[in-house]
Amino acid sequence: MATQQTRTLGKLAVSPSVFALLMWMIVPLSMTIYFSFLRYNLLDPNPICSLMTPGALLDAENRCLAGFSNYSYFLTDPAFFKAMGNSLKLVGWVLAISVAGGTLLALLLDQAFYGRGFVRIMMIAPFLVMPTVSALVWKNMMMNPVSGFLAYLFKLVGLQPIDWFAHFPMTAVVIMVSWQWVPFATLILLTSLQSLDEEQKEAAEMDGTPPLSYFWYIVLPHLIRPMTVVILIQTIFLLNVFAEIYVTGTGGRAGNLPFLVYQYGLIANDIGGASAGGIIAVILANIVAIFLMRMIGKNLDA
Amino acid sequence: MARNVSFRRKLVVTALAWAIGLLIFFPILWTIITSFKSEGDAIALPPKFLFFDWTLENYGVVQERSDYLRFAMNSVMLALGSTFFALVIAIPSAWAMAFAPGKRTKDLLMWMLSTKMMPPVGALIPVYLIFRDFGLLDTRGGIIAVLMLLNLPIIIWMLYTYFKEIPGEILEASRMDGASLGKELLYVLTPMAIPGIASTLLLNIILAWNEAFWTLALTTKDAAPLTQFIASYSSPEGLFWAKLSAASTMAIAPILVLGWFAQKQLVRGLTFGAVK
Repeated sequence: MATQQTRTLGKLAVSPSVFALLMWMIVPLSMTIYFSFLRYNLLDPNPICSLMTPGALLDAENRCLAGFSNYSYFLTDPAFFKAMGNSLKLVGWVLAISVAGGTLLALLLDQAFYGRGFVRIMMIAPFLVMPTVSALVWKNMMMNPVSGFLAYLFKLVGLQPIDWFAHFPMTAVVIMVSWQWVPFATLILLTSLQSLDEEQKEAAEMDGTPPLSYFWYIVLPHLIRPMTVVILIQTIFLLNVFAEIYVTGTGGRAGNLPFLVYQYGLIANDIGGASAGGIIAVILANIVAIFLMRMIGKNLDA
Repeated sequence: MARNVSFRRKLVVTALAWAIGLLIFFPILWTIITSFKSEGDAIALPPKFLFFDWTLENYGVVQERSDYLRFAMNSVMLALGSTFFALVIAIPSAWAMAFAPGKRTKDLLMWMLSTKMMPPVGALIPVYLIFRDFGLLDTRGGIIAVLMLLNLPIIIWMLYTYFKEIPGEILEASRMDGASLGKELLYVLTPMAIPGIASTLLLNIILAWNEAFWTLALTTKDAAPLTQFIASYSSPEGLFWAKLSAASTMAIAPILVLGWFAQKQLVRGLTFGAVK
């Protein structure tokens, strides 16, 4: 139906967004790729590599080309394995907790009870809390080994309080991040539960279906799709968790891949190494993104 | 008999749901309560729940000592500014893709979405260096640009799914009646699009307010929003729980209120329309 005029106008209307996103995506990414092949340290702006290795290639700004050495250095750094492991642990645990917890909470919120709207906002609230606030509140008021609330509860039942951030930094970060993301899963799964066909519910009730098989055969199949969406979207966000680790100072032991890249770049000033790390993070995220995009794309056709 | 059982069941569910709800909400509640305590009461053991000398002193001290209002002002400017500019370029794009789709529209939408998948650390170093070289570090303009670009794909997607729901027949009808494109936009489309735009605005303000990667990496003082303000409390010398709580309460209160209204938009925006 679109006329030639509207079509031209349409292209004109889309172009600013396309241009802005194209710049945002291509300029930094290509610079990161380029830097990842340079020996480039901010503290050492004129590296003497050309003197050390005769015939070394230099770029226009006299920076020394490094080939794949940044990648091999980053990938063989023991810190990389640790950060990679921490990233996976964080994503895996938080996903497991938020899908299981989110399903249970969504089922609970789907029941009829007094003050449902208020309980729902209480359960969703942690997702709205800014990451730096949640990090400091958990680190101090909740998990401090002396005056923290959890220490008080431990003492109340006669247990030795745990110094979470000193002895179990990874567990502490997982608890903190799960607290923020369980509400997200709950919200998505609840929205989907509420779209469950009323007639199906009634039919199951009339047939006297026991609650467990009702859940297993009717509710769960309905939730598989939103669960997949939750898993994919959370994975994207969880791979990028940064503030919680940065602010609580757990980077040393529970630092993940983004934190390591930050350390390489803005702390150690090793631009080449940080860029190689950044590219590795991009590749990892893309593997997840491909699956997510397929799901959303399918939805677009429907 | 049946009603009796279901009433009892309802009471049990109510108790259970409230207990779990309070448990999840507790860290926030505790922060709010602690913000009204003196520093001594804040670390007292056993913890004081309600019976202590309630005081507003912390709120005053936080403002006096660390200039809360300047950070809050930055947060407001960054959230509103980035949202405004993103809407200005996103509305025409989403409108065009929803009402005059071409062969490539779907691919274009998917490509826009894919930009959101790129981890920030992939762009951190160049953006930091560009900002440094152009004197944009710690400036509002620079951060607004980054936040705008960051959330642009979500905004376009959300607007697109809302605009898609506006029936095309209405446009055809108005065109048959001889409305020009300008009139069509102003009198037909705009009123129907406003709820969708408002929802998108709400979600984006929440996202921009809480953004804590770029704001931590690119600001230090002048353009620093509340994320950075709170982070400054992580140093040991800044550790006073009552004051930290007052600062935290002020940082999250506006968003908790907005979030109350935005529950549906959160789902729609963050799942790119995959769950409605």
